[in-house]
Amino acid sequence: MQVSVNINGVEHSRDVEPRTLLVHFIRDDLQMRGTHWGCDTSNCGACTVWVNGAPVKSCTMLAVQADGAEVTTVEGLAKDGALDPIQEGFTECHGLQCGYCTPGMMMTGRWLVDQNPNITREEIREGISGNICRCTGYKNILDAIEYARDHANSEVSA
Amino acid sequence: MQTPAPVEYSKATTIADAISQLEALGEDSRPVAGGYSLIPMMKLRLARPDSVVDLNFISELRGIRVEGNEIVVGAMTTHADVLSSAILFEHYPIFREAEHVIADPIVRMRGTIGGSMCQADPASDLSAVGSALRGTAVITGSSGSRMVPLREFHEGPYETVIQTGEILTKLRYPIRPGAGSAYEKVERRAGDWGVCTAGVFVVVSGGVVTECGIGMAAVNADHYCAPEAEAMLTGKAPTEENLAAAAAAAANEANPIADQRGPADYKRHLASELTLRALRRAVAASQGA
Repeated sequence: MQVSVNINGVEHSRDVEPRTLLVHFIRDDLQMRGTHWGCDTSNCGACTVWVNGAPVKSCTMLAVQADGAEVTTVEGLAKDGALDPIQEGFTECHGLQCGYCTPGMMMTGRWLVDQNPNITREEIREGISGNICRCTGYKNILDAIEYARDHANSEVSA
Repeated sequence: MQTPAPVEYSKATTIADAISQLEALGEDSRPVAGGYSLIPMMKLRLARPDSVVDLNFISELRGIRVEGNEIVVGAMTTHADVLSSAILFEHYPIFREAEHVIADPIVRMRGTIGGSMCQADPASDLSAVGSALRGTAVITGSSGSRMVPLREFHEGPYETVIQTGEILTKLRYPIRPGAGSAYEKVERRAGDWGVCTAGVFVVVSGGVVTECGIGMAAVNADHYCAPEAEAMLTGKAPTEENLAAAAAAAANEANPIADQRGPADYKRHLASELTLRALRRAVAASQGA
């Protein structure tokens, strides 16, 4: 089945089986490995991307469902070589250890900050409850997202 | 790696389009809503449709509005929209309380109330809410729509009365002036299915409970409700003693089984305790209304 998806501003058309999951379309068909594939059950959030501006767990959406959609992956955060504030935040605040959850955390984190520029730490905690980290205990991830909140105004808009 | 078995896919753009496609495709087709239930089931081969018809592009299936003395919720309304609905919160805070403990914010943005009802998971929070409120399902096929009380909607775990060529289009909940409502859930971790849940509404008038509804999920209560406990409480003063007796009766209408979420006696204890907590809060809300 023919599917066309605009990913990070670039149109990609492929012939895929309808059963192909969006995460595998991105990682395997398009060879964009920034999006991680984790639990496969929509629990862990490592595969989080934006579809038409809203976070989606791409392990639980068919690629054909994204036909005609605009998808943003972690590779789409940095602009012209400049890191997005959420990426800066994870760097500055040591927001990762193994890095597996990081792409999903950043996609959710950036979206949360875009939705509510005054988001509180408690609201961030709830907001990332669908993104699981097994290394950090979350403190530094919260710090990183707060960093992005506090440095967001100059950069990318969703 | 979990991938669904080979499957055909098509989009539907209107209710009539969805129905005609599903009717033509036959009993091995399934509508897909948010997909957060059906796609995992397909990965595990617990569901193995030959084809799926995507309902996500049917705007007429979304929305929450008041019609007469009922609240009507489109089947493709997302959990996030149910959670943030001022209309539902005004009449039934139970929706906000239940939605707040369903999955996580990302899943709630795509998952739908209708998909959740049709999945008919034994631990389905919204099934318990719907049964407590004595809502009605509107099921539409090529020959029109039929109304099914939510207390007759489920045929068993993961099975509903919806037939091939039909889809759930709306959910209707009667408005009850002065009602208080509440939802209680114990889960192992944030966003998990409940070990046990209880959701209730109560109308207190003239010092007695004039109407009530008690729903429970994850404890194998027939149609997620406790009609004997409701009958016991109706007409009585909402004293702690009467609420506790009704809660104990509700627990007796549960038939929990032991599983990885806990032993049966613990779940039965929760059924009683959570029903009692929900009743207390619903009574207080009704009396304050």
